[in-house]
Amino acid sequence: MQSSPATAGAAGVPYRPQVAAHFASLEVQNHAARLGMWLFLATEILLFAGLFVIYANYRFLFPEAFALASRELNLNFGTFNTLLLITSSFTAAMAVHYAKEAQNKKVVGMFVLTILMALGFLVVKYFEYEHKFHEHQLPGPYYAFPGLTLPGASAYFTIYFLSTGLHAFHVIIGMIVLGWVTLKAMRNEFSHHNYTAVELGSMYWHLVDLVWIFLFPMLYLI
Amino acid sequence: MSPSSSIAAEPGAVPAPDEHHEHHPSYLVDGTTVKSWLLTLDHKRIGVMYLIWVLLFFLIGGIYALVVRLELLTPGPTLIDAMTYNRAFTMHGVVMIFLFMIPAIPGAFGNFMLPLMLGAKDVAFPRLNLLSLYLLLTGAVIAIWGMINGGMDTGWTFYTPYSTHTTTTVAPILFGAFIIGFSSIATGLNFIVTTHTMRAPGITWWKMPLFVWAMYATACIQVLATPVLGLVLLLVVGEHIFHFGIFDPAQGGDPVLFQHLFWFYSHPAVYIMVLPAFGVMSEVVAAFSRKNIFGYRAVAFSSLGIAFVGFFAWGHHMFVSGQSTFNAGVFAVLTMLVGVFTAIKVFNWVGTVYKGAVDFKTPFAYFCGFLYFTVFGGMTGVAFATASLDVPWHDTYFVVAHFHFIMVGATIMAFMAAIHYWFPKMFGKMYHEGWGLVSAALIILGFNATFIPQFLLGNAGMPRRYYEYPERFETLNVASTAGASLLAFGFLISAIYLTYALVYGRRAASNPWRSRGYEWMTESPPPTHNFVGPQPTYSEEPHFYVEPKKAEVPDAV
Repeated sequence: MQSSPATAGAAGVPYRPQVAAHFASLEVQNHAARLGMWLFLATEILLFAGLFVIYANYRFLFPEAFALASRELNLNFGTFNTLLLITSSFTAAMAVHYAKEAQNKKVVGMFVLTILMALGFLVVKYFEYEHKFHEHQLPGPYYAFPGLTLPGASAYFTIYFLSTGLHAFHVIIGMIVLGWVTLKAMRNEFSHHNYTAVELGSMYWHLVDLVWIFLFPMLYLI
Repeated sequence: MSPSSSIAAEPGAVPAPDEHHEHHPSYLVDGTTVKSWLLTLDHKRIGVMYLIWVLLFFLIGGIYALVVRLELLTPGPTLIDAMTYNRAFTMHGVVMIFLFMIPAIPGAFGNFMLPLMLGAKDVAFPRLNLLSLYLLLTGAVIAIWGMINGGMDTGWTFYTPYSTHTTTTVAPILFGAFIIGFSSIATGLNFIVTTHTMRAPGITWWKMPLFVWAMYATACIQVLATPVLGLVLLLVVGEHIFHFGIFDPAQGGDPVLFQHLFWFYSHPAVYIMVLPAFGVMSEVVAAFSRKNIFGYRAVAFSSLGIAFVGFFAWGHHMFVSGQSTFNAGVFAVLTMLVGVFTAIKVFNWVGTVYKGAVDFKTPFAYFCGFLYFTVFGGMTGVAFATASLDVPWHDTYFVVAHFHFIMVGATIMAFMAAIHYWFPKMFGKMYHEGWGLVSAALIILGFNATFIPQFLLGNAGMPRRYYEYPERFETLNVASTAGASLLAFGFLISAIYLTYALVYGRRAASNPWRSRGYEWMTESPPPTHNFVGPQPTYSEEPHFYVEPKKAEVPDAV
């Protein structure tokens, strides 16, 4: 970072972010960063949109197989994970609130909670995957579940693994991003002058949450 | 270089004094180490590096094109075997589209000119900008490695289930294209944010140069369409390796779904290629007619209109893929709307030239070629949009000729016009005008000679991508190959005199065209931070020429 954050924190001098030379002011720089993040989130939504389209197409082609296959998922695990992610989005939002008030310790606390819940999500997901492997409810040619032999069932599990796998990948990326912001909060960097990193990290986390909120009913409920 | 240039003696041209350069060196000499280029965050240096790389990719794609044309010189086998031929036309398409047409104008000229046109010191995210270049190169290296080690024979459209079953090297090439997609997204995102946040005081939305408007519309497509292609390419790679069967009818998959998702990106991608070309031409036509663009807002809005409608036209690639008649009708009408927006632009460009003081320099020559290719390529496009006409023309050489006219012709014309128009801006040197006009004539003639026979071949029923053809098509194929050779010769001349100009060319004045585009309001080549001293004020709109007929151009026609 530009100034030595440890000294800045210790001396009680608020950390001042630097404006890059090509920006007119800090406001413009933060505006640019936020806008960039929104656009990036738009690309993420379109990435998942492709999977939603694929789901809709095969749901239309194999309505019965898809309805039965979705009953094979563990609704308790899914619901628990949904609650976990929604709560983690709340703690991420609280982190932004505390960052604006320069309460860096609480920012750290909130993000640690968020990351722990993300970890919990992945652990639950692991048990779900393990069960699917055990039952041979696997994508495409690897599908060998005797309980459901309708055509299209293997396509359901292809989509299930693709979409939850891609989402889990985003959860991991989100954990890394939040971990990086947590390190900055540990160095007392955030205040009402400078909370863009917290805000952007939270925005990304909300997206990860939002995608799951669409995946959950699509895969588990309908 | 010769300092006693005739340009510098002309009125209106202001050569930058040499002592000035000692304090504010141009971006070209501010740091001469290899590292200062490879790790630069300066949008101008990144633009120049983009230019060098896309020219290299253009050469590779061009060599593949010549191999394809030479093979088609005779009805039977000529030069290579059928499998090599399949690989060659696939690689021609992949290289030209993903490595040349999509990154060329945004990467090279967009990067260089956008901040200058907005009065900004750089793009909003300079590191992301450098990253986008290296993502492009990483993707290119992976894809070209795949081409050398096995190649691919599916055509650039990667249609399933063939692409998931072919024994050729699909995975690295598609994965390379996937990474190149990230590069495209990064560029687009950067340009949108730059346009929103980095405009100098005085440059309102309705005073932005039209090149910026075109780049903005392009960037919107890049950001919104490319992720879908990324997903599709990953799925095809997964299919090829694991055989999930998502797109494989043998396993209950739906290959038409692949086509929908593929064209959802790849149709708007056509506008990623051609909208920057429209933007370049809006600048060139104003500068060389010495008139502000006719119907500024109409031209700006039509860029956005094309970007918007372009998202809802993909179905016209699938008129024979089992689409319902109703769908085909809807997609046909939406496709024709693109023609309406393009026609708005064409009429406004022509209106700009009308009663202008035309300075017929090389960029303007390319503008004339561009107008021709856009009008005829575009009109065949509207004909294609008619579903009933598409059915007999589908997958014939008529398609090949059509998209080479509109997509390639227009883009190449703009790319060449941009190189010539901005050559003094970027490098501070002047190319040889005579050779410029000669090679422009050769390229335009060569392009016509290559593709007009292909229109005729397609109309006569010759399918695309076939290795052999009946005797009766031979004459036209020979004509097309001869045209391609002429085209290559034209490019060769350009390469020679431009390289010569780069090394030995005479020093150009700061604004040799006396253009009133915003990018010319700083020195040429610009200093590292684009402006010296206080920021210029932008009191007038770009290309504000007073009374063009009285313009101070002695050789105006």
